[in-house]
Amino acid sequence: MLNQPVLLAGGINIFKYASPQAFYPLAGKMLPWFGWAAALLCLAGLYTGFFVAPTDHQQGESYRIIFIHVPAAWMSMLIYVVMAFWAGVGLIFNTRLSHMMVSALVPTGALFTFVALWTGALWGKPTWGTWWVWDARLTSELILLFLYFGFMTLQAGIDDARRADRAGAVLALVGVINIPIIYFSVKWWNTLHQGASVSLTSAPTMAATMFTGMMLMALAAWMYTIATALHRVRSIIIEREQGAEWLKNHND
Amino acid sequence: MMALLRAVIRRDLMLAWRRRADIATVVLFFVIVVSLFPLGVGPEPNLLRTIAPGIIWVAALLACMLSLQNMFASDHGDGALDQMLLAAAPLSLIVMARAFAHWLMSGLPLVILSPVLAIQFDLAPELSPVLTLSLLLGTPILTLTGAIGAALTLGLRGGGMLLALLVLPLYVPVLILGAGAVDAASAGLGADAQLLLLAAQLLVTATFAPWAIAVALRISAE
Repeated sequence: MLNQPVLLAGGINIFKYASPQAFYPLAGKMLPWFGWAAALLCLAGLYTGFFVAPTDHQQGESYRIIFIHVPAAWMSMLIYVVMAFWAGVGLIFNTRLSHMMVSALVPTGALFTFVALWTGALWGKPTWGTWWVWDARLTSELILLFLYFGFMTLQAGIDDARRADRAGAVLALVGVINIPIIYFSVKWWNTLHQGASVSLTSAPTMAATMFTGMMLMALAAWMYTIATALHRVRSIIIEREQGAEWLKNHND
Repeated sequence: MMALLRAVIRRDLMLAWRRRADIATVVLFFVIVVSLFPLGVGPEPNLLRTIAPGIIWVAALLACMLSLQNMFASDHGDGALDQMLLAAAPLSLIVMARAFAHWLMSGLPLVILSPVLAIQFDLAPELSPVLTLSLLLGTPILTLTGAIGAALTLGLRGGGMLLALLVLPLYVPVLILGAGAVDAASAGLGADAQLLLLAAQLLVTATFAPWAIAVALRISAE
């Protein structure tokens, strides 16, 4: 551990909240804010997406799935990176809370990956005429889902919480190093076999309202992720700290 | 340092030689899986020629993965692994030597056998060396990456299936580059790019994987 506590500008010791005991009430206080922000942003985003944004001249109404699809795909990748960050912090500083944060983020990450694949299939059918193509992005998203599942099964397979934390952290770090390699190799594989039959990159330039709707939904996805992670991390703390004196005295 | 490496490799090879059946199992598995595909997709020579690199590579991937389960298991069982963890020599070095020995017994036989299997699929004679070379560069990556998974799942129930879930997604780039090398050669594009990328990946993996394996072993043996 560090000898000197790391101080932020305001003189707050950031390691104070590295202890589950200190973080539990803080997470409880933050949870409703992020939860409500997620709900309101989602409502605003869906309203903008479905009622305000104009119909696309090429794809008609079916393009509107973009408002769920793109934010989900963004989150699915971002969460893995955040996970790997906390895994690294957990391994370096040996902070239990970081590992708990990793475990709390994984299910949301897997969920968003699945949603991105699912909505992608639903979008692909009317526009490309097929549920699935072996496009580089689709394939690497699928492999990302496998990585999430691998992480979850590894943690589920280990009974000792400390070992599960640290083994998962190593796997998350190995995974995050591999993700760019996987992405580029898949991309290359695809272009090698056949010219990409559909290109996701050359999207038509977007109307401003479409962009607003997508950004609102992306923000909603962020807030939702933070809220669920906080909620799950609180459950994990309760599970791990069973019988701790502070938890018994804590009532909320 | 070199003496240590030599001692570890010698020990692992000797242990493996005493249990020759284990090596044979991996090789037989590889051959049988490859031979099943023509039965499944039909004996059409043109089709078989097209899918040969992919099939041989996928079979090699699975064979390598299966052989990983017992990489640390018996040493974990009899306490030899604890001695390695306690040894004064860096664990990553010991692990590197062990991975090399493991590859000699599980990866190299596949590389040597691949031209024979290529004949089964009527692969063009000039493509066979490309396939062998791609396997030669690729199988050590499979062993090293897989060893991280083997170390993480050490002593867990259902370790085998779990190991597959962990390492198979990480094997994707090797599969793509390895099979892609042969495809590119057969298309007349030359396989240099894929082979060089495989070699680069081998170097990166050989640099970082031993360290990750050592960390994973310490976590699992705690």
